[in-house]
Amino acid sequence: MENLAEPTAPTTETEDAIARREADQPHSPVVRFGPDRPLRLDAGVALDHVQIAYQTYGEPNAARTNAVLVCHALTGDQHAANANPVTGKPGWWETLVGPGKPIDTERFYVICANVLGGCMGTTGPASLNPATGQPYGLDLPVVTIRDMVNAQAMLLDHLGIERLFCVAGGSMGGMQVLQWAASYPERVFAALPIATAARHSAQNIAFHEVGRQAVMADPEWAGGHYLKQGHTPHRGLAVARMAAHITYMSDQALHRKFGRRLQNRALPTFGFDADFQVESYLRHQGESFVQRFDPNSYLYVTRAMDYFDLAADYDGVLANAFRGSKTRFCVASFTSDWLFPTEDSRAIVHALNASGASVSFTEIDSDKGHDAFLLHEPELFAIAHGFLDSAAKAAGLPAARGR
Amino acid sequence: MVVKDLAPDDAIVRFSSVRVDLMVIADMVAPRSRVLDVGSGDGALLDLLATTRGCDARGIELSREGVNAGVARGLSVVQGDADVDLAHYPDDAFDYVILSQTLQATRRPRWVMEQMLRIGRRAIVSFPNFGHWRSRFDLLIYGRMPITDNMPYSWYDTPNIHFCTIRDFVALVEVLDARMEKAVALDSSGHPVRFNMPWWVWNLLGEQAVFLLSRND
Repeated sequence: MENLAEPTAPTTETEDAIARREADQPHSPVVRFGPDRPLRLDAGVALDHVQIAYQTYGEPNAARTNAVLVCHALTGDQHAANANPVTGKPGWWETLVGPGKPIDTERFYVICANVLGGCMGTTGPASLNPATGQPYGLDLPVVTIRDMVNAQAMLLDHLGIERLFCVAGGSMGGMQVLQWAASYPERVFAALPIATAARHSAQNIAFHEVGRQAVMADPEWAGGHYLKQGHTPHRGLAVARMAAHITYMSDQALHRKFGRRLQNRALPTFGFDADFQVESYLRHQGESFVQRFDPNSYLYVTRAMDYFDLAADYDGVLANAFRGSKTRFCVASFTSDWLFPTEDSRAIVHALNASGASVSFTEIDSDKGHDAFLLHEPELFAIAHGFLDSAAKAAGLPAARGR
Repeated sequence: MVVKDLAPDDAIVRFSSVRVDLMVIADMVAPRSRVLDVGSGDGALLDLLATTRGCDARGIELSREGVNAGVARGLSVVQGDADVDLAHYPDDAFDYVILSQTLQATRRPRWVMEQMLRIGRRAIVSFPNFGHWRSRFDLLIYGRMPITDNMPYSWYDTPNIHFCTIRDFVALVEVLDARMEKAVALDSSGHPVRFNMPWWVWNLLGEQAVFLLSRND
């Protein structure tokens, strides 16, 4: 069932060529489920031949009770704590995951899977549709956060993990954490949702729609069939990324980083070149993103976030999602995050309080905006460490080696 | 009016650094009950209740440092403001809701007290007594707002905006139609005033007071 792709030397290959290959032959362990194990989707159809690409760090203990599932955000992937095979950059959560880090890989068995609908090896629109031998494109049914979580549950079954010590994630990863706690309360001992919400706000749906329209307005998108035609809507996706990137940062952070400084010039050019550093930065963000991310995947995963409204599945009462839950929660938000503001986290906390669940909550002082959950934030590390350490003691897990 | 005699127990040895008024409060809490500490600080009282009495102890704390300290102790502490966040707790969620040395710093003491009695079957409140003889002395002789160990701030930068005396508090309890189950006055060292005395004496000699209240259902 498992297949570890041969590491290849990416010296001559372009990033987008590597990225395209990763969609089917990922650079990480992958589990391929046969037609006997279809995944029933919220869209009302069953998806078979599901494949899930994942990474693991650390070792499971004998009783397999020390597993931590890390859930990635919109444009993340399974490479949470190893060099990314496409970009060569460090893993996206190496600030929090690693030896001696709050999610201590010397103590916990850490699992991170590419989400359903993603483009790094888990079934998504860039994957080959076994029925046609062509990429799915828009033939893939629309997926939801709950579908992503159900796919992760299939992976855990395959890995022999009955119960997770913890599920952790930020932003869309936090949505998956909440969905895990609601769908599989008996499988989650502790939950760490960061900078997230129990439902996607109208404003955030609006931002996503701008991004999707940018992708779909690019003629290269070709109604979603660009992979068959051998090109990609790079420009549209880059614009989507540029717009989205602004929402991940605070005004203060942008000002501190760039201010009104000009890019390699003393005076404005009186043209539409990237005069300002902030423009140059955004263009770079857009261009580097399109090298590694599939445009259709961007449509699918943003859609999954838009559809997320956990309370809607529980008679409109969020507290009902956590009724009787024995899971311990630690919720964290950031002061300058205007995409997933503290109010969203408070709504989660109020629901958990109303349901009688055990919950801690802190609003971390940071001027880095939504992206703060990925960055060096000692207060986040402190609370995550304190929460996980005390929860590990309560779960009967031994202390980390040498600590 | 019953003043419960406080026999020292093992907890006093183990938690010898815990403030005496917190020990008085802890003694009012039945074992294995559900407790919400409003303004839980570094979690010392919650830790005491969880460890020595097997309580399911939760906290609300304004300061991030306090929340982090509580979470590191394995407690469930939510960063929040008593003046706002109590509204979000359901009725009868706790056996006890505790407000220790915080009532005088709330914007709406009456509302906070009402919420405590709604959320919990019992409420435990401790506060500095503005009617203590030294406070009266400062006002009477010097004509100045009192500054004491319990009330260490100048009037212009104090977080304490709603001081009251023991008798004022008793009047509020009557307004709230709550039942007073226990009341303890603490002397300057924080130890209970161990005599059964009329209110006016307590109001003069007690530096702090601790009340155990319940709803008159």
